[in-house]
Amino acid sequence: MKTNTHTDAVLVSAYINGDESALSHLITRHKQRIYSFIYSKVYNRDVTEDIFQDTFIKVIRSLKRGKYNEEGKFLPWVMRIAHNLVIDYFRKNNRMPKFENKDDFNIFSVLSDGALNAEKQIIKGQVENDVRRLIEELPEDQKEVLVMRIYKEMSFKEISLQTDVSINTALGRMRYALINLRKVIDKHNIVLTN
Amino acid sequence: MQKMYSKTSHQEQVDKLAPKVETIKFLLDYSKALSVNDYYNLKFEALLN
Repeated sequence: MKTNTHTDAVLVSAYINGDESALSHLITRHKQRIYSFIYSKVYNRDVTEDIFQDTFIKVIRSLKRGKYNEEGKFLPWVMRIAHNLVIDYFRKNNRMPKFENKDDFNIFSVLSDGALNAEKQIIKGQVENDVRRLIEELPEDQKEVLVMRIYKEMSFKEISLQTDVSINTALGRMRYALINLRKVIDKHNIVLTN
Repeated sequence: MQKMYSKTSHQEQVDKLAPKVETIKFLLDYSKALSVNDYYNLKFEALLN
């Protein structure tokens, strides 16, 4: 039959009655308008392709299930489906923003896995052990202040109250503790980096 | 200048867009494979590849 001259209504009814070629004619007739409509909203060829495909999957299912009432409005009906799918797409993207890698920007160069790998974890453990052993070598008063400040995260005011010395004395002990630690590290050429 | 004025507008480019051949082929194949069976008031979809 001369499908080019048939109206949408005739083609739709032929398709519902089992003429698969009628769908091909309908798609050929309207593909450009529907595709351009979707593209004008999303500005992405891949997304447009997906939405176009989903639109016609809905059209096919509705027609085969007999849900479509022919009122001579095939194209507006398809456009409405496409429009709703475009809205769905933007809703989904708002909930979950998508980053696309481009030539000059790669999201993975900004995002990194903060966790250390197995080797670095072992090194970190060793460094921490070395530091603890060095601290053990400090004079008792300096060690006490350093432990309170660094490991217990106490303020110098709290340290001075607990050790019953002035804040300046606590600060001085902390200073000497660090100086002594550096001296020992330099003397024995200890490497404390990860 | 000539280039600027002779360049096709964005709207024209949008108007010329069309889906890929593969997409249309997929849709036609999907349509051929899909059958809906009525059973009393229920409708069952079957995809036969």
